[in-house]
Amino acid sequence: MALPEQVAGEHTAAEIGLGKIFTDPDPDKAREFFRTKSRVLKEKVMTVKEAVSLLVRDGDYVAVGGFGTNRIPTAVLHEILRQGKKNLGLSGHTATHDFQIMAAGGVIDRVDVAYVVGLEARGLSKAARRLFEEARVEVTEWTNAALAWRYKAAAMGVPFLPARVMFGTDTARYSGAKEITCPFTGKKLLALPALYPDVAIIHVHRADRFGNAQIDGISVSDFDLARAAKKLILTTEKIVSDDFIRNDPSRTVIPYFCVDAVCEVRYGSYPGNMPYEYFSDEEHLKEWLAADSSPETLKPFLDKYIYGTKDFSEYLELCGGEKRMEELRRLEFLQE
Amino acid sequence: MEYNAMELMITLASRALEDGSTVVVGTGAPCAAAMLAQKTHAPNLMILFEAGGIGPLLPTMPISVGDSRTFHKAIMASSMPDVMEACQRGMIDYCFLGGAQIDKYGNINSTVIGDFHKPKVRFPGSGGANDLASLCWRTMVICPHDPRRFVEKVDFITTPGYLTGKGAREAAGLPPGTGPYKIITNLCVMGFDEDTKRMKVESIHPGITREEIVKNTGFELLWADEVVTSTPPTEEELRILREEVDPLRYIIGRQAS
Repeated sequence: MALPEQVAGEHTAAEIGLGKIFTDPDPDKAREFFRTKSRVLKEKVMTVKEAVSLLVRDGDYVAVGGFGTNRIPTAVLHEILRQGKKNLGLSGHTATHDFQIMAAGGVIDRVDVAYVVGLEARGLSKAARRLFEEARVEVTEWTNAALAWRYKAAAMGVPFLPARVMFGTDTARYSGAKEITCPFTGKKLLALPALYPDVAIIHVHRADRFGNAQIDGISVSDFDLARAAKKLILTTEKIVSDDFIRNDPSRTVIPYFCVDAVCEVRYGSYPGNMPYEYFSDEEHLKEWLAADSSPETLKPFLDKYIYGTKDFSEYLELCGGEKRMEELRRLEFLQE
Repeated sequence: MEYNAMELMITLASRALEDGSTVVVGTGAPCAAAMLAQKTHAPNLMILFEAGGIGPLLPTMPISVGDSRTFHKAIMASSMPDVMEACQRGMIDYCFLGGAQIDKYGNINSTVIGDFHKPKVRFPGSGGANDLASLCWRTMVICPHDPRRFVEKVDFITTPGYLTGKGAREAAGLPPGTGPYKIITNLCVMGFDEDTKRMKVESIHPGITREEIVKNTGFELLWADEVVTSTPPTEEELRILREEVDPLRYIIGRQAS
């Protein structure tokens, strides 16, 4: 039989993992950090402005919870732009509208890609594409599961997790993964380095003042992300009483000791979907895609909705306020 | 009964899904295919979404793989790692993918056109596609058939097909017995040759010629010994697709090419 011709995807083990690993996977360094993290059950309620100012530093590596246009912490993303943060790293684990906002604001310079640039079936963000096509960001490729498992490795406090994905592809070539051999079965495995973000931002349905939080519906990768992150900002639809959490502790997805800030932001996932609360605002997302198609149209759009507003509530007002939110609630409950 | 190319593609995809099996779908045509299968020959087909929705009773077409429709009256609102780990354990039979480019071994590019470091076009990347195609037993692709998409060499292998041919997936480290199963386009249905793992035309859609398929494919196709004509949607399949699966014509109202 003739030898199969060489294609781009056929690589030796040495050619896997050419991409840079942006965060240190060393579990002992992470343990030293977590050793210093407060365990005190204390109130952490603050404004989004205070949380971003206190917890997001230039150069930090940021990871965003939810799923792109679903249960995203929009208020914090806007505030990161408003405060002019720069040189942030970003985990592109299904980063759609969240990535679009960060790309539009020019606040990121490196990204772990699993899914970026697109807003699923809605189309591609030109502003996000420009970052890559003009080579303005450092890029390492991964997959959604790879990034989810990298969070899980960090949450477990181990330097890597083995997985059976990506083999034979350019995704593996441009990733930061390494091929290893299983000591028990001799099988090839891909070692995915633990990802400890400097800051994670997660929007939840409810939390108490300490940060004990509940999520309704799918948790995506947020169980592990909350534990992997060195610092965690929660935005929540509602702050509930201490008793509310303690009356049904089986509902707590994130315990307070992972959390550094609790910000109450009603409609905080807007224009994204918040399960059992409100559906995504497809009209406004379309407006975003149209606006970010060129730098000329993007600037006035950002000035109007982000730089020209003092906080998220002003943005909501510009987008139709309570009336629009009520329409999106009806959509969520299929009551068109 | 009249039907369009998208309706035919969705119907053919739905028929490939066995009752009692599991399938990870995205939004769009794959989701419509799985819903149609549930309402026809496969009432016990279990639908999963990579963001964590397991077994929803889909009230409408989801807009996002993670929106609230994907776990509407579901058996579980779970998580991304839970769904991906079910794939890795070997519990998931089918997945559906699309892509900007595909080669004769079913390798898919959804990352870049041009140079990786300064691409002419940047696409979203793998998302969950590489994971699903690495781990699910059978990978299905629904996409338009044109020479820009069906290319001799993809610019970037985002997602593994059969890589360089028979045995290449296993040699690379992927779980044995997995790989592309059916490629369903607006012109034909293709499977993969057992010996070479190259794409092979199995059925041609009514009214389409071999020449059209050749003209729209950027590599040399193999042909089954008996290439048949694709069976068009039945009246019942079309009725369910139009009235129950996609009454607002979000998917079936789209151009297939």
